[in-house]
Amino acid sequence: MSILTALKERRESGKLIPRQYFAPLLITGILLAAHISFGILDSYQKLFTAIGVAVATELVLHKAITGKFRNLSSAYVSGISAGILVRSPLMWPFALCAAISIASKYVLRYKGRHLFNPTNFGVVALILIASDSAAILSIQWGNNMWAMFIIWIIGLISLWKINRLNITLVYISSFVLFAWVRSFYTGDPFLAEVAPLTGPMYQLFALFMMTDPKTTVKSRTGQNLVAFTIALVEMFFRFGEAVYAPFYALFIIGPIALLIEDYLQNQNEGKEKKETASLS
Amino acid sequence: MERSKLIQIGVVLFFISLFAVPTVLKQLDDIDLNIYDNMDEVIERYGFYLEESSGLMNVDFVHQRPELDEKIRHINPQIASVGASVSIVDFNNNGLQDFYLTNSEYGSKNALYMNLGDGTFRDVAEELGVSDINIDGTGVSMGAIWGDINNNGYDDLFVYKWGRQELYVNNEGQGFTNVTDRAGLPEWMNANTAVWLDYNNNGYLDLFIGGYYHEQFNLWELETTRIMPDSYEYATNGGRNFLFENQGDGTFVDVTEDVGLDTRMWTLAAAAADLNDSGYPDIVLANDYGADELFINQGGESFKSDGQNAGMGFIPKSGMSVAFGDITNQGRLAIYITNISEAGVLMQGNNLWVPSRRSTSEQLRMRNLASNMGVDIGQWGYGGQFIDLNNNGNLDLYVANGFVSDEPNTDYWYDYAKVVGGNRNVIIDANNWPAMEGRTFSGYQTNKIWLNNGSGRFRDVSASVGGALDLDSRSIAYADLDNNGTLDIIVANQNGPVKIYKNHQSGENNWISFKLEGVESNKSAIGAVLDLYWADKQKKMVVSGGDAFSSQSQRAVHFGLGEYRDIEKVEIRWPSGVVQEIENPEINRLHHIVEPVGT
Repeated sequence: MSILTALKERRESGKLIPRQYFAPLLITGILLAAHISFGILDSYQKLFTAIGVAVATELVLHKAITGKFRNLSSAYVSGISAGILVRSPLMWPFALCAAISIASKYVLRYKGRHLFNPTNFGVVALILIASDSAAILSIQWGNNMWAMFIIWIIGLISLWKINRLNITLVYISSFVLFAWVRSFYTGDPFLAEVAPLTGPMYQLFALFMMTDPKTTVKSRTGQNLVAFTIALVEMFFRFGEAVYAPFYALFIIGPIALLIEDYLQNQNEGKEKKETASLS
Repeated sequence: MERSKLIQIGVVLFFISLFAVPTVLKQLDDIDLNIYDNMDEVIERYGFYLEESSGLMNVDFVHQRPELDEKIRHINPQIASVGASVSIVDFNNNGLQDFYLTNSEYGSKNALYMNLGDGTFRDVAEELGVSDINIDGTGVSMGAIWGDINNNGYDDLFVYKWGRQELYVNNEGQGFTNVTDRAGLPEWMNANTAVWLDYNNNGYLDLFIGGYYHEQFNLWELETTRIMPDSYEYATNGGRNFLFENQGDGTFVDVTEDVGLDTRMWTLAAAAADLNDSGYPDIVLANDYGADELFINQGGESFKSDGQNAGMGFIPKSGMSVAFGDITNQGRLAIYITNISEAGVLMQGNNLWVPSRRSTSEQLRMRNLASNMGVDIGQWGYGGQFIDLNNNGNLDLYVANGFVSDEPNTDYWYDYAKVVGGNRNVIIDANNWPAMEGRTFSGYQTNKIWLNNGSGRFRDVSASVGGALDLDSRSIAYADLDNNGTLDIIVANQNGPVKIYKNHQSGENNWISFKLEGVESNKSAIGAVLDLYWADKQKKMVVSGGDAFSSQSQRAVHFGLGEYRDIEKVEIRWPSGVVQEIENPEINRLHHIVEPVGT
């Protein structure tokens, strides 16, 4: 089958772009737009190091454990995220963040499923073990309001296509609500409390990390509840003046949510089994 | 054991080992944290020791920061965070290095410390008329530079301010006359840097002034709070820069737009030197909230913005200081620019721009080798200056650190990060910035002293060699205050006392200095390039008209020689184009060289 025929079929079926390539294409688009507009990358070497290490780690670990090669789009997203999020004049923090991110998927598992969003885990680990050598992107890329809106709009449309839009919308709404609470409590201007949401760190966090299909719960209600809880926990980290509050909140809430989902699923299955047994 | 189990264990061990990487790499850092028992032990190990001696020298100057408009009082400490500066001069031509210190509160006095030659100084600013400059309504001092604008043999004084700029002509060392009114300088600007340079090599010193806050703002009488940068990394709403051409009659003409220097990048530091051997001085700017800028002089007619072509102008950081130094003794100037590194929050790293192998006179190409050479991670950096601290022939680095030291164990970084992550409409308005409320902001940081090992690496010896100052240091300058062939250091501290470090050495290392006097060139010989050839090395140095952050070091050019006693030659390229060679100059002395004319 020719590529053209395949594309035609996909267009007709409404699935021109396979689902697993949405995130890689979107993050690449954002990166290119941001770098061409503002030159956000410290250097291409650092970005390619992060991507290269992520892909290599995925290849080696997956082959070693399963004996097979796997699709590398997820590793690519993790690598590119590390390349954007890590800020350091040194090269090794980029490689380390990428390697920890990918390796965490193969070590921190429960019932065959990895618990942490890989990049979130890598970023938090890096902050904890190498804060004197690296930081995380926490400042804006530029002062162009339109660029910010375009990134958000494209991101949100993409999330809608993969049925994850509700997560980001609930999180944003909750963040704004809690920004008002923080402003009321601290006396700082409301705009100062909302300001981080307008920066690229939150674009990456809300569009990619929180919505990672592998580490989000399945039910829509559960997703909404988790997004709200992340914003709530983040508020407390912010009261503690943690610059990287959203990463810490996801780091804590993400795995707990998956474990609770698993527990509830087991309960339901047990109940269903009992009902089936009693019926039979 | 099953193969799959072994693999799983291997993967877990690999995962755990990743967490040890930072600790392992830290062991490789070249830092000496030892505190040595006595000075002689330090001198034996490193070749020098810095002894704080301001009290012994009768220097008790304390800088005061300004109190700005009520509308921005809630963040006053971070806005009023500059103004402590030091500039070296021999204002009375008696062969002894004097120095000038600026103050920054209305009513506070600047000081001119005259070297009495007996190891002590006396403040003569008041009697010579250069003290009372911070007068209510005229703005306050941010720094000062010295240069002979009328070629009468005495250095004149320019004080750049947030406010009215001030120019004083030196009356042959007996006093100063304020000539600002007829000089043609801007009525008001918020300047944080200025440099003397003869951009067209016509024999008269021209003046570059860099703007920080927009010149429309009087920071004591604000009509708006939208005065802050419109971006943390790409701000373009700073004060404009100026180049004033010296007309030779005590007046200056604004040629900024004609020569292509009219940028608005929140410039905090500037320095000029001939980087491409064209015979004309080029300009490097360190910009806060933006990328470094490089302007290549086009034959004294104009400047070409060439930072991006040279590889310097891409990565926006918080540039604070510019210094030139031939760190590898290969006859090539590197450029050191300080930025901000705050653990866990913002790791910009300082820049050390070194000409790459592909760099040519036609097209400079620079690589940032700060990480490779171990001088990247400072802290909140301000003045960074190359100084051969032990006269071993390798340029070392002294870097001032620290932003606002206030209430201990408090921190403003969280609130700062919150706002600077925001869009322009948030960040630009000071009203949106949370109140500092006495909190420390990258305060109590120790200055760095990095020793050049001569083979491409620097070692952090700050803790061991004296000079480990943890005030909010801003401006640093070096001078041989006691004419003993070692470079002493003066550090101006924001809202704090000035500190003077006397440099003690064993005397085993040799040195040579040159004080140049222009004839066809400007009398101060600013812009002259010296290449010293010795021990199969070639060191390039430039006569400076002000550099680093708000500072100016001694005019005389000083070379450490190590143990070597034989110098092949020194080649002097004067701004006029005259090239002079002096063979086998005598070491361990200062040479006074007058520009040869008609030879």
